[in-house]
Amino acid sequence: MPEIVNAVEMRGIVKRFPGVLANDHVDFDLRQGEVHALLGENGAGKSTLMNVLAGMYKAEEGTIFVDGKRVNFGSPRDAIAAGIGMIHQHFMLVPSQTVTENIILGLSDPRFFLPLDALDKKILALQEQYGLKVDPKAKIWQLSVGEQQRVEILKMLYRGAKVLIMDEPTAVLTPQEVDELFVTLRSMLTRGHSIVFISHKLDEVRAIANRVTVLRHGKVTAAGVTAKGATKAQLAQLMVGREVLFTVKRNPVKAGDVVLSVENVCAENDRGVPALREFGIQVRAGEIVGIAGVAGNGQSELAQVITGLRKCSCGRVVVAGDDIANQDPRSAIRRHVAHVPEDRHHVGSSPGLSLSDNLIMKSYRESPVSRGWVLNRPVIRNQSNHLKNEYDIAAPSVDVQARLLSGGNLQKAILAREMTAGPKLIIAVQPTRGLDVGAIEAVQGVLLREREKGTAILLISEELEEILSLSDRIVGIYEGRNMGELRAEEATLTEIGLMMAGTPRGDAGTR
Amino acid sequence: MIDWIIILQAGIATGTILLFAAIGEILAERSGVMNLGVEGMMLIGAMTAYSTAVKTGHPWQGVLYAMLAAGVLALLHAVVTINFQADQVVSGLAINFVGIGLSMVLGEGLSKAGAVSLLPVWTVPLLSKIPILGPIMFTHHSPMVYLGYLLTPAVWFYINRTRPGLHLRAVGEYPSAADALGINVYGLRYLYVFIGGLLAGLAGATISLAVSPGWFSELTTGGQGWIAVGLVIFAQWNPWRAAAGGYMFGALRRLILDLQGPQTLLWFKNPFFYAPKLGFFLQMAPYVLVIIILIIGSREAMKKRMGAPAALGNPYVRGERGL
Ligand SMILES: Nc1ncnc2c1ncn2[C@@H]1O[C@H](COP(=O)(O)OP(=O)(O)O)[C@@H](O)[C@H]1O
Ligand SMILES: [Mg+2]
Repeated sequence: MPEIVNAVEMRGIVKRFPGVLANDHVDFDLRQGEVHALLGENGAGKSTLMNVLAGMYKAEEGTIFVDGKRVNFGSPRDAIAAGIGMIHQHFMLVPSQTVTENIILGLSDPRFFLPLDALDKKILALQEQYGLKVDPKAKIWQLSVGEQQRVEILKMLYRGAKVLIMDEPTAVLTPQEVDELFVTLRSMLTRGHSIVFISHKLDEVRAIANRVTVLRHGKVTAAGVTAKGATKAQLAQLMVGREVLFTVKRNPVKAGDVVLSVENVCAENDRGVPALREFGIQVRAGEIVGIAGVAGNGQSELAQVITGLRKCSCGRVVVAGDDIANQDPRSAIRRHVAHVPEDRHHVGSSPGLSLSDNLIMKSYRESPVSRGWVLNRPVIRNQSNHLKNEYDIAAPSVDVQARLLSGGNLQKAILAREMTAGPKLIIAVQPTRGLDVGAIEAVQGVLLREREKGTAILLISEELEEILSLSDRIVGIYEGRNMGELRAEEATLTEIGLMMAGTPRGDAGTR
Repeated sequence: MIDWIIILQAGIATGTILLFAAIGEILAERSGVMNLGVEGMMLIGAMTAYSTAVKTGHPWQGVLYAMLAAGVLALLHAVVTINFQADQVVSGLAINFVGIGLSMVLGEGLSKAGAVSLLPVWTVPLLSKIPILGPIMFTHHSPMVYLGYLLTPAVWFYINRTRPGLHLRAVGEYPSAADALGINVYGLRYLYVFIGGLLAGLAGATISLAVSPGWFSELTTGGQGWIAVGLVIFAQWNPWRAAAGGYMFGALRRLILDLQGPQTLLWFKNPFFYAPKLGFFLQMAPYVLVIIILIIGSREAMKKRMGAPAALGNPYVRGERGL
């Protein structure tokens, strides 16, 4: 009887970080010519396990076999020599170097002089073979994220990698780019490659993988089950440890007056490059408007301009009738604009201060919380304890430093602070990024309740599912321009994806 | 009167000192390690070169020992910043003081050493006959000057068109990516910090055995190491720009000396001749220029995407979170 050949076999892998058991006796095997998905929530230990396989980390315990032979990788170079290449979540490309330079980096051939033209040709030939197009002479910083990913794949193929590990490759792509990536992956399978596909998105895993291994808190909860055989609900339960509802309930609300009106706003990003180009949008009371776009197309800058954290060079930001463009954050706060920022740890909270200090950070000038110069500690303590219970913030006490809270609890604390101010407008940026399913439900619940109270909400998110399920209207953003809008009922992933990729609505003839 | 040919010729000679030191620092910084100890390393080079020449009578042996002495000091910086991940600025300043202190102690009495055989002076046949350029670039120069002409393009080519140069750039820009591809980040940083030291030593030897021969304790280098550090930023880590800046600076220093000589300047009474104290202001000018260049340079670097290697100043620890 012919045995199934395992390209990779990992047995009993244990890897600790200070205070965390990231991998707890994990077994994993990858068959020749399959896509094996590694599924798990953020922090489950997926990247850690694959970093061990790719020679980046050294496991404390466990053994690894490649093509049946026991291996012991001291460095990534050893792993590549054994045919294992990893494409990291954060690309490992040198921005100031060209595509060709990045691909040949670290190889011993050519020995000294770089025949750049000949190498460009060689790389073009490789591109031809796998259908991965990108200009070899371009510098990495000039490329889109999707193109950079192609460079990473080419880099590994050029090294002769047979096993390709992709760490959350779709997180940064538009839906169309995801489809293209899947075509590439399938063509690699026919050429005898095997692929590990890390993700926490169930639909993708079911679309591309042959088998699935699920990790939870560093332990395997399902080992190599066939992807087609498992339902989405089953996988979610294995991943989270309890039943998950996939639908959010959005009651009909009649939209009221315009609360936020952004008109022809232009702004630059930190590098002085235009990030918003005559961008306009309106949000009414009792309505959630979702902004869909690939990271870095001006979403962050939009939120900053509205909340007074960034200057704009033209246009107006009208909140409840007043133009507050180019004023300070306090003018936005005074008009009851709540901000749930992208960077929870540095913008949303002050990590070294206590939970209660973080909770009063917007009300500290007001009467019961302070009297003149003096903070009223008993009132603060009472209020904080009340909020801690109401928002279900898991913390030993309200005196604990904010940096010690987990991501989900910190986000709940930020929401608690912002919502008690009685907002008329909420700017929520990536409000559920990196949270576990329970925290996601809580955060989305808060936003939906505010909507029903008649608050205007601008939701900026890279999770398309989230935008689709929460928003009343969806606006596409691309290179700082408004690509048009869709009503949530009529929106499809394809249409949103087209806007995210730069096709203004109406151009594609999809109406 | 002011003789421009002489000023430019002297500028090339003095500029060679800055060129060596700055190119050495460029190589170290391109690998991600800033070494502010250039002044100290140059001084120990100058002292070692001169005392070796005094004792053995062989100036070339002096050059060799100068490079090694400064190289050892640079290795100390490498150990502290690469192995122990100490702050590069603090360590660099410490290296500087160690270098200055050691040279002052070991160089005690060296200034009264008497006759010393210095590096030769060469005039290049044929090339020296070219009008204007000939007398400026190829007449009565130390071999060091000609070495500088060769070093600049060679280093540029090495950095941009060779495999080790590619690795050097990767280590300074994105060490974890380089490490993931099997490039020895620690080893290469050691190597280039050491080479930076060798070149600083060469710069020191060029002072004490060629350009302004002798030992004048800390005045031998007189802050040129610091100018070299500023020059690296002005040069945007590019050897060609470092060479141009070095020669320009050398010429400027010579011009300042010459400005104080004549009684009249362009039909006017020369203020620097009649009020010698004004000369101090004039001598200050190059250093003020360094500060101005630093300010302009950092703004320019922010705007363009060129400029400092991205990982400059950051110790590398494998597997540590974040980039
Ligand atoms: N370099 C590191 N240093 C310390 N802790 C880490 C490091 N990398 C990961 N961890 C921790 O190990 C756990 C697993 O992380 P990771 O493998 O990145 O999860 P995943 O990729 O599944 O999201 C998390 O608790 C994370 O905080
Ligand atoms: Mg991960």
